[in-house]
Amino acid sequence: MEGGLVLLGGGGGGGGSGSGGGSSGVSTNESAVSKVEVVSEASSYPAESELELGLGLSLGGSGGATGKTKVGTSSWGECGRILTAKDFPSVVSHRANNGGPSVSVSGTKRAAESVSHEGGSPTGVSSQVVGWPPIRAYRMNSLVNQAKAPRAEDDGIGEKDKAKDSFKKKPYNGNKINSAVNEKGHLGFVKVNMDGIPIGRKVDLNAHSCYESLAQALEDMFLRSAPTINSIGAEKEQVTKPSKLLDGSSEFVLTYEDKEGDWMLVGDVPWRMFLSSVRRLRIMRTSEANGLAPRFHDRNERQRSKPI
Amino acid sequence: MQKKMAYSFPDEVLEHVFSFIQSDKDRNAVSMVCKSWYEIERWCRRKIFIGNCYAVSPRIMIRRFPEIRSVELKGKPHFADFNLVPEGWGGYILPWIVEMAGAYPWLEEIRLKRMVVTDESLELIAKSFKNFKVLVLSFCEGFSTDGLAAIAASCKNLKELDLRESEVDDLSGHWLSHFPETYTSLVSLNISCLGSDEVSFSALERLVGRCPNLRTLQLNRAVPLDKIATILRRAPQLVEFGTGTYAAELRPDVFSNLAGAFSSCKELRSLSGFWDVVPAYLPAIYSVCSRISSLNLSYATIQSHDLIKLVCHCPSLQRLLVLDYIEDSGLEALASSCKDLQELRVFPSDPFGAEPNVSLTEQGLVAVSLGCPKLQSVLYFCHQMTNSALVNIAQNRPNLTRFRLCIIAPRKPDYVTLEPLDVGFGAIVQHCKDLRRLSLSGLLTDRVFEYIGTYAKKLEMLSVAFAGDSDLGLHHVLSGCESLRKLEIRDCSFGDKALLANAAKLETMRSLWMSSCSVSFGACKLLGQKMPRLNVEVIDERGPPDSRPESCPVEKLYIYRSVAGPRFDMPPFVWTMDDEDSALRLS
Repeated sequence: MEGGLVLLGGGGGGGGSGSGGGSSGVSTNESAVSKVEVVSEASSYPAESELELGLGLSLGGSGGATGKTKVGTSSWGECGRILTAKDFPSVVSHRANNGGPSVSVSGTKRAAESVSHEGGSPTGVSSQVVGWPPIRAYRMNSLVNQAKAPRAEDDGIGEKDKAKDSFKKKPYNGNKINSAVNEKGHLGFVKVNMDGIPIGRKVDLNAHSCYESLAQALEDMFLRSAPTINSIGAEKEQVTKPSKLLDGSSEFVLTYEDKEGDWMLVGDVPWRMFLSSVRRLRIMRTSEANGLAPRFHDRNERQRSKPI
Repeated sequence: MQKKMAYSFPDEVLEHVFSFIQSDKDRNAVSMVCKSWYEIERWCRRKIFIGNCYAVSPRIMIRRFPEIRSVELKGKPHFADFNLVPEGWGGYILPWIVEMAGAYPWLEEIRLKRMVVTDESLELIAKSFKNFKVLVLSFCEGFSTDGLAAIAASCKNLKELDLRESEVDDLSGHWLSHFPETYTSLVSLNISCLGSDEVSFSALERLVGRCPNLRTLQLNRAVPLDKIATILRRAPQLVEFGTGTYAAELRPDVFSNLAGAFSSCKELRSLSGFWDVVPAYLPAIYSVCSRISSLNLSYATIQSHDLIKLVCHCPSLQRLLVLDYIEDSGLEALASSCKDLQELRVFPSDPFGAEPNVSLTEQGLVAVSLGCPKLQSVLYFCHQMTNSALVNIAQNRPNLTRFRLCIIAPRKPDYVTLEPLDVGFGAIVQHCKDLRRLSLSGLLTDRVFEYIGTYAKKLEMLSVAFAGDSDLGLHHVLSGCESLRKLEIRDCSFGDKALLANAAKLETMRSLWMSSCSVSFGACKLLGQKMPRLNVEVIDERGPPDSRPESCPVEKLYIYRSVAGPRFDMPPFVWTMDDEDSALRLS
């Protein structure tokens, strides 16, 4: 390309008329339709040229199957007017003001929203955003579990003292990772299945700080089909009414499988202890949960084979 | 009157010629030459790769290719790895198995990625395919050890069973015993993802002992260190080995037994596992290190100096996966010792810490880019970056084909100049002309997308998060990246305009994912109506999108081309926008 990248619109040709590339509609009270001219908004991007993007669908032509980036606005004309005002009776051309991410209910966004373009970097920002940093759950869980594993003493072969010293010097040690991870919100997603429902869900245990809120979230997820279903692992809990799942008044009871493979009633142990030992959850019919407290073996009574 | 070309070959000859053509691209090209070549080719195609299981239906595949022996399918979008795709979204393999059970009785190989595999599916595979040889399940879920037991019991010719990081329900450790005593054909076994109680060690030992062709064995974490020697002595021909937990009380007899066992493995080229590493046991592998080309230490929580010692013993290293404990100093050592290095992946040890816990910065990556002339593939998690470091890397390594940088804090600028990292990534795409895969992070404006659209002509996959200012950014990518196949975007302020203006582009791609962006429901509906060969799926856990204004942005959007039409196995929180006005399904 000569002279670097030339943006569509701006300088050349008949950009101003914008008759090509389809029309677009702006919803007004009178439902009058006019062409929308998109002006690149005030942002850190130096907008020497204004871009015109019609709201038309480009079928073939520029940017399509040929993949060629055409210079100038003539390419928009080649698309043809596929869409007319009739196609856009109520599409509103609307821009978020701050150029930041749109409001979303999935995942907590407070950290992301607080970051501006001024370049200040927030501290500890990534802890509350779903799926960020992008690390697979398998890897995260391995990391977490290793942090709790006891470290064998390094004596005998090797530089014993050096190793020990370096363990002390570095800020990392098993305990710190453990607590840092639990406090900052590691990937505490566990599977939840409910008797009678084939599709399981996942819940982020770190979005909760007590049994009540967890039970509330699970009730919302499984026992109510209201449109205000919270995204999994999303907003902080609102502890309001006592949960029926926990007090035995419901047809169902909340149980969990611990690290040893035993099924237990949820609520027996302190919350932190529960967090460190829970593997997955099951909403069980009360009729099947008889004899569950305090220890309960899975009803098929499978033999646990020792690995060695 | 049919004209016969005097010089055309008989079908059998053409078929024989085609049998040397293995790549899908070439096969597809061959099939488009003329009708008779299309016919011949479709009857002799044996391997098929379907990058999106919903792009085509089993019936369509079977109708065109009646003699398939090997199938590879991918299901969920990539961002499912990071919990962005809710449970129950889809990607079920069972319908495929059911159809193939009837049509392909001689099917030998099934490779799946991010699909839901049930025990029923596994049992059906075991029952239906008499010559079944290869089962690879990457990042799959939905099955238990019962399903594995069925495979073990029935698949007499099984060569490969690879469960790469799949989620397996722990029911019984005895499934391995279901391999009959007469079964000896195992070549590759990867059970590293299984939990603590899911393998009976004595059964494993016997299995390994009676399979002389075993080349790959990756154990799960539950297998203790002192059992490694036993296994290795039964399989000294191993080429790839993954340990279980690499920790034990330090005892000289155990150490020397282990070291001796490793040294008898003359063919060993790849090592992995190393959970809970006790550094003192690392020297046990030194005898094989000079031949090691692939080393996965990404679960090894050991310090930089131990990592440096190990890495310096591995001059033939081509592939290294490691935690950021390696630090800049370790990467510098790597750069001077391992001149054959092609792939480097550095994972964060403390991804949620506010402050970096280790001294790993942009300098480490610069050092490797300078010292390792064959470096092609990078995945790097770090806390800080500068434009000048990225420019250096780009200039040092124009042969990069995969560059994935994850600066852990979203929207973090160049920490020296406080500017966006547009120029740095721009240099990457400008210098690395063969770049096929790119993941962005840090503070980025629309300008970086301008660079990408201008220069990244070979780019096939782009991952974007917390970047850009306006639709212009998305427009640059969609209109400029000629080779783009997969685009995944999260938390960017891209909206309707660029998407609608480049709708045709979407048919040339495999898929587009957008979550937490500004695409309105109205635009999704429009796209679905106007583009019948695209499936436009809205994922929204707030309830039916038409219960909100049309201008309201959708939570998540997944668009993919398909010849199979809209799918019917969607959960209640997924809606397909399709051609009929009334097609919107209410929950």
